Amino acid sequence: MSDAKTGRPLLEIRNLEKRFDLDHGFLETLKFRKGKIVRESRSVHAVNNISLEARKGEALCVVGESGCGKSTVARLVAGLLTPTAGEIHYGGQRIDNLSRGGMQPLRKKIQMIFQNPYASLNPRMTIRQALEEPVRHHYPSASAAEVRDKVTEVMLSVGVDPSWAKRYPHEFSGGQRQRIAIARALTVDPEFIIADEPISALDVSIQAQVLNLMLEAKESRGLTYLFITHDLSVVEHFGTRVAVLYLGSVCEVADTATLFSNPKHPYTRALLSAVPQLKDDRPNHIRLKGEIPTPINLPKGCPFQSRCAFADARCKSEKPKAIHQPDGSMVACHAVEEDRLDAVAAG
Amino acid sequence: MSLLSVRDLTVKFAMRDQTVTALNGISFDLAKGERLGIVGESGAGKSITGFSLMNLLSRPGYIDSGKILFEGEDVVQMNDKRLRNLRGNRMAMIFQDPMVTLNPVLTIGQQMIETLMAHRKLSREEARQIAIVKLREVYIPSPEERLEQYPHELSGGMRQRIIIAIALLLDPQLIIADEPTTALDVTIQADIMELMLELCQSNQVGLILITHDLGVVSQMTERTLVMYAGRIIESGRTREIINDPQHPYTQGLINALPQQTVPGQRLKQIPGNMPGLASIPAGCAFNPRCKYATDLCRSRVPEIVQYGEVAVACHEVQRLHSDEDRQEARA
Amino acid sequence: MSTETLNPKSEPSRWSKIWNSNMGYSFRRNPVAVVSMIVFLLIALASFLAPVIAPYDPYDPAQIDIMNSEYPPAWVSGSLPEFVLGTDDQGRDLWSTILYGTRLSLLIGICAVALQAFLGISIGLIAGYVGGRLDSLLMRLADIQLSFSTLMVAIIFLAVTQAMFGTDTFNKYAVVFLIAVIGVAEWPQYARTVRATVLAEKKKEYVDSARVLGFGPMRIMVRHILPNSLSPIFVISTVQVANAIISEASLSFLGLGMPPSQPSLGSLISSGFDYIFSGSWWITAIPGVVLVVLVLVINLLGDWMRDVLNPKLYKG
Repeated sequence: MSDAKTGRPLLEIRNLEKRFDLDHGFLETLKFRKGKIVRESRSVHAVNNISLEARKGEALCVVGESGCGKSTVARLVAGLLTPTAGEIHYGGQRIDNLSRGGMQPLRKKIQMIFQNPYASLNPRMTIRQALEEPVRHHYPSASAAEVRDKVTEVMLSVGVDPSWAKRYPHEFSGGQRQRIAIARALTVDPEFIIADEPISALDVSIQAQVLNLMLEAKESRGLTYLFITHDLSVVEHFGTRVAVLYLGSVCEVADTATLFSNPKHPYTRALLSAVPQLKDDRPNHIRLKGEIPTPINLPKGCPFQSRCAFADARCKSEKPKAIHQPDGSMVACHAVEEDRLDAVAAG
Repeated sequence: MSLLSVRDLTVKFAMRDQTVTALNGISFDLAKGERLGIVGESGAGKSITGFSLMNLLSRPGYIDSGKILFEGEDVVQMNDKRLRNLRGNRMAMIFQDPMVTLNPVLTIGQQMIETLMAHRKLSREEARQIAIVKLREVYIPSPEERLEQYPHELSGGMRQRIIIAIALLLDPQLIIADEPTTALDVTIQADIMELMLELCQSNQVGLILITHDLGVVSQMTERTLVMYAGRIIESGRTREIINDPQHPYTQGLINALPQQTVPGQRLKQIPGNMPGLASIPAGCAFNPRCKYATDLCRSRVPEIVQYGEVAVACHEVQRLHSDEDRQEARA
Repeated sequence: MSTETLNPKSEPSRWSKIWNSNMGYSFRRNPVAVVSMIVFLLIALASFLAPVIAPYDPYDPAQIDIMNSEYPPAWVSGSLPEFVLGTDDQGRDLWSTILYGTRLSLLIGICAVALQAFLGISIGLIAGYVGGRLDSLLMRLADIQLSFSTLMVAIIFLAVTQAMFGTDTFNKYAVVFLIAVIGVAEWPQYARTVRATVLAEKKKEYVDSARVLGFGPMRIMVRHILPNSLSPIFVISTVQVANAIISEASLSFLGLGMPPSQPSLGSLISSGFDYIFSGSWWITAIPGVVLVVLVLVINLLGDWMRDVLNPKLYKG
């Protein structure tokens, strides 16, 4: 860990921005426009000037509510979307402007696990076909036996019985499908996995199975994760560091333990207090006024100002920058910077 | 007298090749104004229970046997006219996805006023006033304006509030809420939960909360049923079930939550999957996933017995408990 | 590690899988579909075995005797026992001629649809997957093509080719011309449907997953998206075969299709039409009934297929 801390981070996101043009219909069709934006059109500011880094062996969790841009960050890093501005570096190499061919070697290193195991496997392919395809594609010289051995090894490592290989995805339950999807990502021996809400479509008892599987894979294969989720209890368990997103901007980045024991940003505090607790009745739920505004034509100033109890004139006019705190976390909040939060709470 | 009393409810689905049993002998009671949670994973039959209570099952599902006594009257035997009077009027339902319940081409006002006028002898203006009062009750700002809006113009949290307002429109005795907050964000979910709790308490409305989320159940309900593969396997006061679950499945479910483990450690997972309705194992349905399973568990379905504070359907609950005591003594 | 196991059933054969699938089940439960399928298979089998079944070869002038012309079918008085369905104006056995004619009609129908499908699916896939300007261009082309009626395009094209190559050459290659013109005229049907399906499939996570794994656009289109877009393709194909058969019959009826020496169902109906008022109704009526039955069963099968494969009802 100390060794990893001295070197460069494995993944570096610098001032990343992504805007989706609204007046051209569906978001999905937009990536082919190469970020060409017409001046007068409205656009969704999905990601605004985000900078993050993930070190080797880390599980960086990105948390936030719907519309905060967390999935967009995942898709930008995976190369499924092209950023409007900013840079993504992986292992010291800039990757956001690579061609498909230039991206090929990195495809083996960066893999992605999706939210919905019912949609992430091609329904017309057997499990064997789905798992062998990436191996064949990335190792064209491998013999049929080698491919088969590789697939069997991966299937065993994720707890999928190799005798299921002839079956189709619809014959499996959600948890089994998610195992298969993980196996598919692992067939190319990646070192970095982007997991976009990998367990939120699963049942509670299955969530534990899949989370354990991902932890095992992390230890045995030395994986680094970018873990996208809305579930804070999973973050506390799984993440080594957490980034809290609100309306496409980073509110707070901290080590997991620091964030949960000493949350600083007003939004982080509200989010933590809102998680339904099992044992005690709700201690003190911080009620937020209003709801998340739409990320279309964002107001200037702090994105959280409309719901924040501590917002003042400065918050409405100036967007806060992320500032290093003594305990190593980064917080983007004027109130924290000016030390207004606890003064108000005390008074 | 209890508000709702379900006795030996059995629901079957006529599938292509065979008939499968989705609910198997469900019995429970609900007192007036009581809040009951039904917990289980997908396929456990919790949503089907909700639908059956309103006699809303559609083909291929049907109520095979059993009674659902609502204020002493059997819902299963009701004719269409009486059912219409029941639904919405005395029993209301809230679904996970508000867009399923709201008609996208009608304004909020039209939907609320039509509903009121269909059930009560009211003038349009009176109905409008009641609608505004109800919207105010669920803390919707400027309700007069909302009445003119279409569902798609509102945010998810606002829609779910309106759904709750519509459910409360005719002052029902019982609200059945099927995963009412699952589609919402955490901060909104907390608000909606508080709102529902407050409304149920102040209006003495019974609540059946169907959810997979133990945290939600823990905060919202007084009593809880835990379902597995179409049966109730454990029931009792919510506090007791959360703090001291008796059935190995309930224990597994609670222990599997990330909060229950030191960060970074393996979670305590339950192996395997819930069986499909067509392949429920003989004996206790949980036996293939249970570490305490014996030959008896594999051959005979356990009866529900009272054990301490809760009712539990498990052959081995006695042994399980002594086992735990021994472990605790050693530790 | 997990202890999950699936019951190790023996792997069912492909046929029993199809038989037990949703489609197989709804087929068995639908008498209209079963009868239509049986009738269609009977017609198809009989026509493709025409050289074996037919008592005469209508293409062989040596077997045709003009003196045998206009004998009525066997159940009408004045018939000859060797001509079960009677003879046409040239003295050909109507039963044999219908068999051969149906074979031609089916052949042209199926080949034309294959051509339509090939063009339409390729264009639809590319338009849907690539999107952007190319998509707009291809779809506007489809709109322009659709704004011409199929028959109008076909009539102009066939009339011009007939004039260019002369009747003899045209008659020789009539089958090819018909396939080409019917095939080209109706590709937009496929292109639009495929494009719509591709747009829906492209949003699904398995396509993203394939992209993250670094597969090329060609592989994603053909290996991943196309197999998941087959349901609507099946449905249109059935309906389009029926349409193509009708188009062919109409063109032949107008004298722009198959020559009288190699009659399809359409040209048979056309050639008998001149005699319908002189009492020889059977030359037109019997091929007409065959054509109607053939098109009807294909359309009924298409209807059934649409019901089964309707993505809104069908849960994959």
